[in-house]
Amino acid sequence: MSDQEDDIILSELSDEELVPQIHDDLYDGLKEEIEESVNILLGRGWMPYDVLTKALVEGMRIVGIDFRDGILFVPEVLLAANAMKGGMAILKPLLAETGAPRLGNMVIGTVKGDIHDIGKNLVTMMMEGAGFEVKDLGINNPVENYLDELENGDYDILGMSALLTTTMPYMKVVIDTMVEKGMRDDYTVLVGGAPLNEEFGKAIGADAYCRDAAVAVETAKEFMAKKHNQMNA
Amino acid sequence: MIEVSDHTLTEQGLDARGSDPARVLVLACGALAREILALFKINKWDHMDLTCLPAKWHMTPDLITDGVEDVVRKHRGDYDQIFVAYADCGTGGLLEAKCAELGVEMIAGPHCYSFFEGNDVFAATAEDEITAFYLTDFLVSVFDSFFWKPMGLDRHPELLEMYFGNYEKVVYQAQTENAELTAKARDCAARMGLRFERRFTGYGDLQTALAGIPAAR
Repeated sequence: MSDQEDDIILSELSDEELVPQIHDDLYDGLKEEIEESVNILLGRGWMPYDVLTKALVEGMRIVGIDFRDGILFVPEVLLAANAMKGGMAILKPLLAETGAPRLGNMVIGTVKGDIHDIGKNLVTMMMEGAGFEVKDLGINNPVENYLDELENGDYDILGMSALLTTTMPYMKVVIDTMVEKGMRDDYTVLVGGAPLNEEFGKAIGADAYCRDAAVAVETAKEFMAKKHNQMNA
Repeated sequence: MIEVSDHTLTEQGLDARGSDPARVLVLACGALAREILALFKINKWDHMDLTCLPAKWHMTPDLITDGVEDVVRKHRGDYDQIFVAYADCGTGGLLEAKCAELGVEMIAGPHCYSFFEGNDVFAATAEDEITAFYLTDFLVSVFDSFFWKPMGLDRHPELLEMYFGNYEKVVYQAQTENAELTAKARDCAARMGLRFERRFTGYGDLQTALAGIPAAR
């Protein structure tokens, strides 16, 4: 995006210049620059939540739009995500200390027999960026992993991911077990992964199929808003 | 035998010849073109014609179902029968449903790695091999243009861990005895930082499926 990267001294930019520069650097996947800029804004007294939402999340939102529109491709998105991860690592401990808004709690993991985690990791990062606390169970999770975590924590959402046609039916095993244990209705279940589709999500009894990380965030927000409305009704 | 480049098979696929005496059209992924043409030749299946969709749709399986439907509708008046030489291939059951709707047969199984190995064998060993990354003859020959460059690994080697960090080995499913391809497959595994295993599969269930197509109605 910018060819004059070497000429820019980030600390000399005003806040009004630095925030769009962060968006550019995220777009270009420049992790070190992102980390430096996050520290600069924090040093200038910015609240961690504002750095997260105005600089990083907004930057990733632009990346997400250009990915959806075919302008950016997977490698560029991964580089941007890696850069955001650097910024998030600085902000995460500070967000808890400064009482940043918390939208909800989520457990996420790739299902048993499946080791693919790129999509899951993107969803985790974007959910955290949106204000969700996310427990990532990693890859190759049997039903017990999901249920143990749900039963031992205070969660609102279960997210499951699969990249293979052979592993995606396992999501139904998890949901059916939740039904058997009488805990299905306590959680919003979101599913995603390349071979899935909306019909599959409905057929296995998930609340929603999310085709990408941005949709997952929006869907999670909608379900949390509904939940709060029901509780306040 | 038809000469067609790897690049064409990856990007565009292959058009049907449309010539007599072909009465059966095999509609396949471009990644299977060489194997299917070899089977035509070995078995003297002169009644079969081949058309392929772009092999690169392996990476975007959401395109496959509509692509198959378009070709079936375009050619169904020209042949006695159309056979779809795809397995599910990441379509999440949508291709199977579409083939049933169109009244055409397809190959059983989740993907080509499974039917090359034999669906029964693959299913029996799949659980123990979830950390295997599979390559076929075609995928070895196009490895750089198919995987390495589109994944950005030629420009950003730091992405290697994000892509392949959970894998442990490359399983090269060899359809043919080819020392050059085997050496290249071994090199692919080394570049990915993974162990290498070569497994000769031949044409597996692909051959069985095509042999099961009746010569004429």
